[in-house]
Amino acid sequence: MHMEEIVEKILPRYTPEKKDGLIPILQEVQKEQGYLTEEAVEKIGKYLNLPVNKIYGVAAFYDQFRFRRAGHFHVQICHGTTCHLFGASTYLNEIEKQLKIKAGSTSRDRRFSLEIVNCLGACNQAPVLKVNDTYYPMVTPDDLTRIIRTIKEKTE
Amino acid sequence: MLFDIEINGQQVSAKRGETIMEVLDRVGVKVPTLCYMPGFSPTGGCRMCIVEVDGIDSLVPACSHPVEEWMKIKTHSPRVLKARKTLVELLLASHPDDCLYCDRNGTCELQDLAAELNIRERNYRTKRQNVQVDRACSSIERNPAKCILCGHCIRVCDEVMGVSAIDVIGRGSDSRIGTTYNKGLNFSGCVKCGQCIMACPTAALTEKPGLQTVIEALNNPELYTIIQFSPTVAASIAEEFNLKASKDIPNLVRTAFKDMGFRQAFDVSMASDLVIMEAAAEFNERFGSKERLPLFTSSCPSWVKYIEDQRPRYISHLSSTRSPQQMMGRIIKSYITSSAGQKSENVFVVSVMPCTSKKHEAELDRQKETKSKYVDAVITTRELVKLIKILGIDFKTLEPEPTDTAFSMRSSAGMLFGISGGSLEGLLRTVYFNMTSQEMSPIKINDLRGLKNRKEARVKIGKQFLNVVAVNGLANAKALLDDIEAGRCDYQIVEVMACPFGCINGGGQLIDSDEKKLKTRMKALYDVDDEEMIKVAHKNPIITDIYEKFLSKPNSERNRQFLHTERIKAEET
Repeated sequence: MHMEEIVEKILPRYTPEKKDGLIPILQEVQKEQGYLTEEAVEKIGKYLNLPVNKIYGVAAFYDQFRFRRAGHFHVQICHGTTCHLFGASTYLNEIEKQLKIKAGSTSRDRRFSLEIVNCLGACNQAPVLKVNDTYYPMVTPDDLTRIIRTIKEKTE
Repeated sequence: MLFDIEINGQQVSAKRGETIMEVLDRVGVKVPTLCYMPGFSPTGGCRMCIVEVDGIDSLVPACSHPVEEWMKIKTHSPRVLKARKTLVELLLASHPDDCLYCDRNGTCELQDLAAELNIRERNYRTKRQNVQVDRACSSIERNPAKCILCGHCIRVCDEVMGVSAIDVIGRGSDSRIGTTYNKGLNFSGCVKCGQCIMACPTAALTEKPGLQTVIEALNNPELYTIIQFSPTVAASIAEEFNLKASKDIPNLVRTAFKDMGFRQAFDVSMASDLVIMEAAAEFNERFGSKERLPLFTSSCPSWVKYIEDQRPRYISHLSSTRSPQQMMGRIIKSYITSSAGQKSENVFVVSVMPCTSKKHEAELDRQKETKSKYVDAVITTRELVKLIKILGIDFKTLEPEPTDTAFSMRSSAGMLFGISGGSLEGLLRTVYFNMTSQEMSPIKINDLRGLKNRKEARVKIGKQFLNVVAVNGLANAKALLDDIEAGRCDYQIVEVMACPFGCINGGGQLIDSDEKKLKTRMKALYDVDDEEMIKVAHKNPIITDIYEKFLSKPNSERNRQFLHTERIKAEET
């Protein structure tokens, strides 16, 4: 669906006077488009009568919002307390090295994107990794190598 | 309710609801602060104002903590001093060590604080942030490396200007001040007013430097350099160099310009008189046909930019007159240049303004065919102070030079442009004359004077009444536009100055402008109005002369081409 249609479909469900609709709107838009485009943010700002910079400021506060298109495989690594204790940082470094992208970015060929998330809510399963909609609990170094190899092969 | 509290062992009376900071301010105990802004609600972000209160384990920030009856406060105990010192050290940890080369060397609040707390070595280091200086904007430079995240700029931009061009981006130790999608000030709706520079404690926000081109032009023998200066500049120079008000400061400043090597110096008030003449004629025409009312004044480029960018439906309401700076530039590059026997390509026009937005304006407003500028360089009052120091001008030995060129003649109406309400007052005097062929009496409009944000007046002209309003601070202008849009008020003329209280508090003024200084600057301009012989623009002999010899009737076709501008209509989104 085209960006304009997406935003126009979502906005009427919220009252422009209520500014607390901002975050749900952003979430819905991101769910539809995969990320927040400048045009979308502008449209939301016009609807809610909020400065675009304010909206960007709010969205940039949360890790859940992205401003770049996600890759074909969107890798999310949990960096909550438990996952951290179970070595999430080491995993993160390894993924960055293997996929040749930094956390928060998308590879130039749009094959992969990598994002750090605060908590996926499965601390008893730490460390947790999520690729698109699939969760990988209790990831071991071997698991990681396998997951990375698979997503690499699938996009080649 | 009054009660006693103890501050540093002394009994002090306090009121319920006051913050500790307010009590300390009143009794004259100074605690440092970086984020506190008088008149704004406190944020308690910088923690510099922490004090020790008996019975509370942690140190409390004085700016946001209310006083209570049982309080015993220590403001400079060893524990407090140690904590404060550490806080400053932590701020310095990520701050570049280039004070000697910094624009704010000597006026930096962080530097002062480090000196006050006697910090003599670097105890903490962090990884150098990889940040980019935003140099693309023609008025303002932003260097995030020097930012201490106090948030002053954001609050001024939000609450005073209502523009919100910048905001905190990110979270925790990654947070920084930035613009949408990191595209820089040029794409953020910034109106270039420079109020953020005035609010910034460090050199994270500075004006776009223009001094070097001026110095080069002065040293270029082929160029005929002419300077135009805003009347508010003279008052600020007097402040900076401690010149007595009794001296003839405008002429003293004029002498200083001559010593610097400028061939001619003009008070831009003369062009303000022209603005009045043209805008008055424009208003009379609109008032006659009842079209495009209220008329919005167009002397403030930040206001014009705000309308163009954010309220394009009101573009047609703006007066089409150029701002005084650009009118003066046009007059200099044509009329004055030819009467001085110069070619316009050899003339270099510098203007000194208490404004950063004028830098942007001069860059945009160019001649159609050659793309050459009418004003070649704009420097702020701050930069002029630097230039005076660089060139070693000593005000003690200077003697005021009598006005040597006819063009320095101006009416005091043109002088008033620097104060919010002033240009409206000047305009009304001429509008009154145009409509009744009589001078306004009394000539002062007291309703339009004083340090208020919104000043309304009802002026009787002949048998008709005009409702006028002068607003300062763009946030107040925004509220006014909303009122007009909703039909809650009906005005015929609206004057807007983007900066609070007008150009006397412009974004290019001296850094520590408090209310007392603003009042002095304001008084200096009103005093001139009291003493001046010519109080109305249409009585200025030079203006009459220019209209006879060079221009045609106010608001005529020829003048429209020359003194008016076409507004760029931003695409409505």
